[in-house]
Amino acid sequence: MSRPELQAPPEIYYGDTEAKKYTKNTRNQQIQADMTYRALELLNLPPDEPAFLLDIGCGSGLSGEILDEEGYIWAGMDIAPSMLEVALERELEGDLFLQDIGQGFGFRPGSFDGAISISVLQWLLNAETSHPTSSPPHRLTRFFTTLHSALRNPSRAVFQFYPTSDDQIQLITSIAQKAGFGGGIVVDYPNSKKAKKVFLCLFVGGGGGAQQRVPEGLEGEEDEHARFERRRQKVSGKDRSGKRKSVKDRDWILKKKELYRQRGKEGVPRDSKFTGRKRKATF
Amino acid sequence: MVRLITHNLLACHVKGCTTNNFPLTFQDVQIELQEAEFNPEFVRNLLSRLDWAALVDAAKQVGDTSLPPEEPEMMDDDLLKKLHHVLLEIHVIEGAMTCPNCKHVYPISNGIPNMLLAEHEIG
Repeated sequence: MSRPELQAPPEIYYGDTEAKKYTKNTRNQQIQADMTYRALELLNLPPDEPAFLLDIGCGSGLSGEILDEEGYIWAGMDIAPSMLEVALERELEGDLFLQDIGQGFGFRPGSFDGAISISVLQWLLNAETSHPTSSPPHRLTRFFTTLHSALRNPSRAVFQFYPTSDDQIQLITSIAQKAGFGGGIVVDYPNSKKAKKVFLCLFVGGGGGAQQRVPEGLEGEEDEHARFERRRQKVSGKDRSGKRKSVKDRDWILKKKELYRQRGKEGVPRDSKFTGRKRKATF
Repeated sequence: MVRLITHNLLACHVKGCTTNNFPLTFQDVQIELQEAEFNPEFVRNLLSRLDWAALVDAAKQVGDTSLPPEEPEMMDDDLLKKLHHVLLEIHVIEGAMTCPNCKHVYPISNGIPNMLLAEHEIG
């Protein structure tokens, strides 16, 4: 199975059933909770000072629940109505918005003491339409510039996300920098295949003498809590024997032929037992 | 659950709508009161970020007139409690918010405002 963000846009992927499944899955809850705690740690808020936080892509409120527990006042936004419905049922304290973060938001400058976002940014990396405002760089730019102005100076924003490649990390960090953020990437358990987690840690302000420093990632083999999300495993084209599987196999050819027939194309060859077989290499 | 705390920080984000786009006006609102834990320090911290006139106005629109029209110099406990009530305990459940400048309507249903924009409105 490929990554969820490659299958459909978030508001469609997280439909009613998927939203319920996602929220009920205890392993998922555990992973989300761990990452939320870690994000809060990276946010490095002054202790004993009640803060007003923004939860970007709050979903069904798995992270919001922890913000409630920790005594933060928060507002959350998500693009999937079904997820928000589940969040309503869970009776969280925070305010919820149905919002596409790629369209930017209109919060007044300096509104929030910090922002967290768990497993969201990767959803911004796919274009849904060919309209210019739908291209990932445009959406990221809009998102980061409006977020930068919505945050107080000094403050931080921490994003946990699942990049597929270094190019994606490069794209995201460069756009964030252009929007005025400082900071960088923190990788927890970089040597572990299973527990590796990527956090984007962005700073607003904090220049001059007291330069904010990017926190260190967690080291060591792996924590027993940070577990593996199998569905995020990279899709490989290889089968079990290690050989690369052909993309255009018999099933694919039959599917294509069927499609052509439905479209009324003429001269589509008949299906037979020879369909999709290789010719012998003899002259 | 639009509370007035978020309403007071929320401006219109339609493309090109940059002046006079705050505060959004409430329309046909239904409210619900939900008690929240009183945290004087949080309210005090928040004061510098609030737009008092907009807050009083919004409170009036949802039917609460307990706040003085001018921002008082001194904050006593009584006033902080009132502020707390207005900011965190009034939840708007149904209705709509309209931008005073471009007249974009953000409908609120089931406590969730719909902030999605059409393609031509994206900045």
